[in-house]
Amino acid sequence: MSPVPTDLSDALTSPDDPATLDRLRARLAGTADDRELLDVAYRTLDSPLGSLLLAATDRGLVRVAFAGEGHDAVLQELADRVSPRVLLAPGRLDTAARELEEYFGQARSAFDLPLDLRLATGFRREVLEQLRGVAYGTTTSYAGLAARTHSPRAVRAVGSACATNPIPLVIPCHRVIHSDGTMGGYRGGPAAKRTLLALEAA
Amino acid sequence: MSAQRLAPFEEIVERHGATVLRVCRAVVGAEIAEDAWSETFLSALQAYPQLPADANVEAWLVTIAHRKALDQLRARRRRAVPTAHVPERPAVPAPGLDTELVAEIAALPDKQRQAVAYHYVAGLPYDAVADILGGTAAAARRAAADGIAALRRTYPTTAAERGTPARTHR
Repeated sequence: MSPVPTDLSDALTSPDDPATLDRLRARLAGTADDRELLDVAYRTLDSPLGSLLLAATDRGLVRVAFAGEGHDAVLQELADRVSPRVLLAPGRLDTAARELEEYFGQARSAFDLPLDLRLATGFRREVLEQLRGVAYGTTTSYAGLAARTHSPRAVRAVGSACATNPIPLVIPCHRVIHSDGTMGGYRGGPAAKRTLLALEAA
Repeated sequence: MSAQRLAPFEEIVERHGATVLRVCRAVVGAEIAEDAWSETFLSALQAYPQLPADANVEAWLVTIAHRKALDQLRARRRRAVPTAHVPERPAVPAPGLDTELVAEIAALPDKQRQAVAYHYVAGLPYDAVADILGGTAAAARRAAADGIAALRRTYPTTAAERGTPARTHR
């Protein structure tokens, strides 16, 4: 094989301008959505709790993830459990992002968003449905939440349902604390839980 | 299936988007490269869930780009006004890919142009290039070598004209 002159070889593999690629990628996300090929749209949102990952299917918000969970790992989990057709497509998450910003700005106490609870099944899903009824600025205990389900004695199972809540903040698992008043765990870390309860108490 | 782990498609676009754009520009010219790129990734997105997790993603994308580029060229020829000498692949300035080079690649015969794009621009081995073009790996190698030889006859001159000294190869 004849070797390729360096300048020719460099020219053949020259990097493309990022601006063109950004424009093409944005166009791809839009067209994919129009053609119903966008199974999971996501974006990130800067918040007082750090960078949040928001992801939605065509049914609604399916995942909110904290930076500590590793956004790449969460996207891979979505590819595995929902669909690998995952694209950065902020448009579908405009409303969710705006409502979360209002929430952090103390201008919103309830979310009005379609949710897709497919990442929680069985009893965990029942717990999340009950959790949606725990109002802003109030708390309940794991035992109290269990009492609202079909298995009022399943306090530990309620704890794990909260710990694996796929849509924290919007489904307010941070409002569930221990019966003795101690905080309990949180997917976003104990400091995040304290911050949220303080925000809602203010 | 838990054994099959396809990366989120965004990662595929991130990793291969620039290469596919260069390939499209080399094969169909800058003017319709962006449409070819978009159609390639839409088609890939549609088929993606069925892709075996151990597939060569780059070869798969270039194969789709090859088909989409041909579609775009055919559509363009249908729309073209039949006059005496319409340039088939107009050279339009392309940011990132040398304008002179794009023009010279456009002037190559189809097989040579495609072989150069898939081997030298996309970096595919010749057996993968042969899978896309049909024929043998040896034929793909010859087509790419002929294409490079033709480009080399003109390209160092244009580089020198721009003040970039053309390097001789060992």
